[in-house]
Amino acid sequence: MNLEIITPDKKVFAGEATAVTFPGTEGQFQVLNSHAPLVSTLGRGDVVVDTGAVKQVYTIDGGVVEVLNNKVLVLAEAIL
Amino acid sequence: MASLKEVRNRIVSVNSTQQITKAMKMVSASKLRRAQDSIFQMRPYAQKLGEMLATVSAGAETANESPFSRVRPVENVLFVIVTSDRGLAGAFNSNIIKATMDRIRTQYAEQARRGNVEIMAIGKKGGEGMARRGFKVNDRYSDLYTRLSFVNVKEAAEDIMNSFSQGRYDVVELVYNEFKNVATQIIRTEPFLPITSAQEDNSATQVSNVNYTFEPSEAEIVNELIPKTLKIQLYRAVLESNASEHGARMTAMDKATDNAQELLKELRLVYNRTRQAAITKEILEIVGGAEALSA
Repeated sequence: MNLEIITPDKKVFAGEATAVTFPGTEGQFQVLNSHAPLVSTLGRGDVVVDTGAVKQVYTIDGGVVEVLNNKVLVLAEAIL
Repeated sequence: MASLKEVRNRIVSVNSTQQITKAMKMVSASKLRRAQDSIFQMRPYAQKLGEMLATVSAGAETANESPFSRVRPVENVLFVIVTSDRGLAGAFNSNIIKATMDRIRTQYAEQARRGNVEIMAIGKKGGEGMARRGFKVNDRYSDLYTRLSFVNVKEAAEDIMNSFSQGRYDVVELVYNEFKNVATQIIRTEPFLPITSAQEDNSATQVSNVNYTFEPSEAEIVNELIPKTLKIQLYRAVLESNASEHGARMTAMDKATDNAQELLKELRLVYNRTRQAAITKEILEIVGGAEALSA
């Protein structure tokens, strides 16, 4: 699936990922390929991006995520 | 007519002033490029956030219950004015002050008379100008431009929102220069709080009919998103003003350099004329002297 992580200051990540873990306000959750459409708010915590080969961790300070048609868009307020 | 030495001194001084204005123009040009870049960086975020808010609030009817959309009788007014830290940018800062004064005079004269109009200055010049006109100025964030980033602007936005929800202000307005192009700035006076519904669904036309799972509920997401859009609104104003400032300074310095050039031309003419007059006089004296001897 296609993943984009953007903040008001810059684009942090754009590319393919196989699994992404989010710090949802209601608890941590993971998004895999072909996930159903979803909008969720995110709290402070780690976004773990699994690109198949490597795992990248971005610590964000709150934000929102939208999942639609295998495109994941993360709007993070700040990367810590 | 001025003496030769005086004219020479003036030429030297105008020359060095011209060098300064030329350098300032160049510095502004490079800063302008960076300022424009950060506007471009912020745009996708702002756009997506707007779309998301439209998507979510299309389903939620509770958006009007946000603490930031509460309309109260107007007792206390806060103006957030975005100016620059430094002058020498043409009418950049005085335009903002003028627009703010106009707005206060036409809309909030009553509150101003009772001293209930407060100013929050972002950028030093605006705060100084409004303080001189006898307004209460909160300059806690006046140095925002020395540490410009979303995180710091966010802090200011949160401070404003907290004051609003606690009832310290009933209306918050934003005054800033919008960047149109290098030579043109548009002065914007925007309502910041309370938010109006028109502000929320400006992109509601392209709401998709996808069945989203919302986590937590739609209403809660909307209430989370509204502060975010407010923060972005302030951040955008700050960035626009930043780009405008450098544009305005660039234009001002360009004109100053041209004027210096003009002045130099005139001074050189005067200088040469004086020099020639002096030489002619000397020759006349010598000739006159020689004639007196031979006679």
